[in-house]
Amino acid sequence: MRAIETFEPPAPSKVNYLNAEYGLKSWLLTRDHKRIALLYLGSITFFFFIGGIYAMMIRLELLTPQGDLLQSTTYNKVFTQHGIIMIFFFLIPSIPATLGNFLVPMMIGAKDLAFPRINLLSWYIYIAGALVTIYALLAGGVDTGWTFYAPFSTTFSNSYVVATGLGIFINGFSSILTGLNFIVTIHTMRAPGMTWFRLPLFIWAMYATSLIFVLGTPVIAITILLMAFERLAHVGIFDPALGGDPVLFQHLFWFYSHPAVYIMVLPSMGVVSELIANFSRKNIFGYKFVAFSSLAIAVFGFLVWGHHMFVSSQSVYAGMIFSFLSFAVAIPSAIKVFNWTATLYKSSISYDTPMLYGLGFICLFTIGGMTGLFLAALAVDVHLTDTYFVVAHFHYIMVGGALMGYLGGLHYWWPKITGRMYPEAWGRFAALIVFVGFNLTFMPQFVAGYMGMPRRYHAYPPEFQVFNVLSTAGASILGFGMLIPAIYLVWSMRYGKRADANPWNLPGLEWRTQSPPPTENFETTPVVTWEAYEFAPPEEIEVIGRLRGEFENV
Amino acid sequence: MAESYTTTKHAEGHPALQHHFENMEQQREAGTLGMWVFLVTEIMFFGGMFLAYTLYRSKYPAAFASASNHLDITLGAANTGVLILSSFTMALAVYGTQVGKRKLQLFCLALTIVLGLTFLGIKAVEYKDKYVDSLIPGTLIPGHPFSPAVQVPGESFDEHKLHLLPGATVKNVEMFYWIYFAMTGMHAVHMIIGVGLLSFLLVFSVKRRYGPEYHNPIEVTGLYWHFVDIVWIFLFPLLYLLGRHLEHGG
Repeated sequence: MRAIETFEPPAPSKVNYLNAEYGLKSWLLTRDHKRIALLYLGSITFFFFIGGIYAMMIRLELLTPQGDLLQSTTYNKVFTQHGIIMIFFFLIPSIPATLGNFLVPMMIGAKDLAFPRINLLSWYIYIAGALVTIYALLAGGVDTGWTFYAPFSTTFSNSYVVATGLGIFINGFSSILTGLNFIVTIHTMRAPGMTWFRLPLFIWAMYATSLIFVLGTPVIAITILLMAFERLAHVGIFDPALGGDPVLFQHLFWFYSHPAVYIMVLPSMGVVSELIANFSRKNIFGYKFVAFSSLAIAVFGFLVWGHHMFVSSQSVYAGMIFSFLSFAVAIPSAIKVFNWTATLYKSSISYDTPMLYGLGFICLFTIGGMTGLFLAALAVDVHLTDTYFVVAHFHYIMVGGALMGYLGGLHYWWPKITGRMYPEAWGRFAALIVFVGFNLTFMPQFVAGYMGMPRRYHAYPPEFQVFNVLSTAGASILGFGMLIPAIYLVWSMRYGKRADANPWNLPGLEWRTQSPPPTENFETTPVVTWEAYEFAPPEEIEVIGRLRGEFENV
Repeated sequence: MAESYTTTKHAEGHPALQHHFENMEQQREAGTLGMWVFLVTEIMFFGGMFLAYTLYRSKYPAAFASASNHLDITLGAANTGVLILSSFTMALAVYGTQVGKRKLQLFCLALTIVLGLTFLGIKAVEYKDKYVDSLIPGTLIPGHPFSPAVQVPGESFDEHKLHLLPGATVKNVEMFYWIYFAMTGMHAVHMIIGVGLLSFLLVFSVKRRYGPEYHNPIEVTGLYWHFVDIVWIFLFPLLYLLGRHLEHGG
């Protein structure tokens, strides 16, 4: 409650980015990063609910051991489409394209991203990819699994593989452009005084994510393109019947798709770093370690793809190296978790909704990360490959990690984005429901998987039913928990309490302009003279500043 | 970074300065870095195909050498020369813009476009030759499957027939040609985009948009053009030259 007392909030202005212009055209042709963020927010929310419907169909089918609700072919399509929609059209763009788009310029004190037109283009590319994919889903769907393994995808599958692949191919370029825009913006557009080590940790996470966007996404693009040509024109490099090697497909696919996991979770780690420091009102413990661990995850993340292929005829020695590297990538993740918990120690924590999601993230991500180590161990993985243990593990990372961070961030910055507060009591209630529902859904799957229940089947032996009933019950609670924020956030846009410029009383740049911000974010380009998360009392800051000045004069 | 705010004040107020940049220097930095990052994504994009090439070249060396021998080395070498020359004229166009030599700028931009089109023309001739010899893999062209005539031992030399080295199969030659068409085709697409960009630059150069005060669009297009050139510098030896000695007794 102390740091910001010297900061004079700007006089509230009636004009902001939301009411500066009106009409459909002002939205569809906007180059304002904040409006584009909202365009993305609407689009990915739509896909989140589509993907959620598929999830509910999976859980309902698995309520009973018999395949009674869906036929096996339909079930194959449902889990494939659940994966494709959730990964490519929700999780990957989720935090970067919405919160990142909104906040990267604001947090570094810039007026916009470096390339506003390319930013708008990336949304149109996303929509184009989405339309092609929706066409594929309506025309008959796709049943290859989200992994598109050859030669099933290239030769044998009787579903809309090419159209879906085309949708993902197109969509990939929206990620590439977003990543490119962030990298250039963070390098060239920081406000005077905003040095690299004064950047909020969310920016470091966005930077690391962008590196994966630009290095990984082109590889999946060319892979899917080659796969589609192989299917259409029988020109082969993956199908053994054409002299090709299906394992090459797996290498190329996982070279992107493993780092893609870090695309999903790194932004959440960035959000959680903000939440932990700001809601415990303490400078983050080990700023540089947290910052560089983001980069380390991005780099190591590119070296571990082979752990998806321990049983795919990969050589034992390659397997051992990939296993070792997969253990190594746990180190930067652990650094983050330890630094967050050290930050919490002896701090003044406030349990607002964003912080509840932040703490939930630490808990669930730790479970997801630790079970990842089981899967990185060669011998254990042979037993657990393609079981529900894997499904539970990556849902702890992608839902327990990525989604919790996204929801936490959305609540945290909601007053800045909309100028309205969300209802706090409902927020806390929903966060609790989501946490309970999530654990009830996926914890039993660890046990079922360990006992040998395979993934991707619509029927299973009756002894696994108890775990599946628990899981379906949990999924219902989780689904209910997701609906609550969807309702109250929309409600709050019109009826929520008006938020002032700095409702959480924090030092970050984004809180030093009105809520919602004006189109150019700041009245004048800010000059940064403080460190990130500087929660020391003002008189101390003044003393430190004076000492520094004297030191420089000597 | 803070320094960049205090330098090059003279450029402020330039009509090409976009509202969200502080000054022309910052705008130039952003544009240049943006293109470099984009080129990194391009390297990764082509990288997937280079990986496939490397894998199958080592898996089917005889078939790849046989197929490689059948490519027209004269046209390939000519195209290499054309592209290197076009990179030179591109560099001169950038130089001409930076120092304000307007005639040099316009002439070199036009020449680069002409050289780019020359490359595409020669490439089209090569593609047509492959079509005539039925070397288009798979069903890329419906109704015209991959069915090259194969030279049998003792038969008189026919340049339209495939000369298979020991251990080479037609099936694997077909894979070489798919990789050949995928890589050179993707390269040609980049050339077409490059020629399009250069045409825009030429039109706006005629309208005197670029000069010593504002030349970043020409610079970054130059970066792109050189990159596409470099891709070909790798493609030419990998596709045309490697393994050629096997048939010619080297």
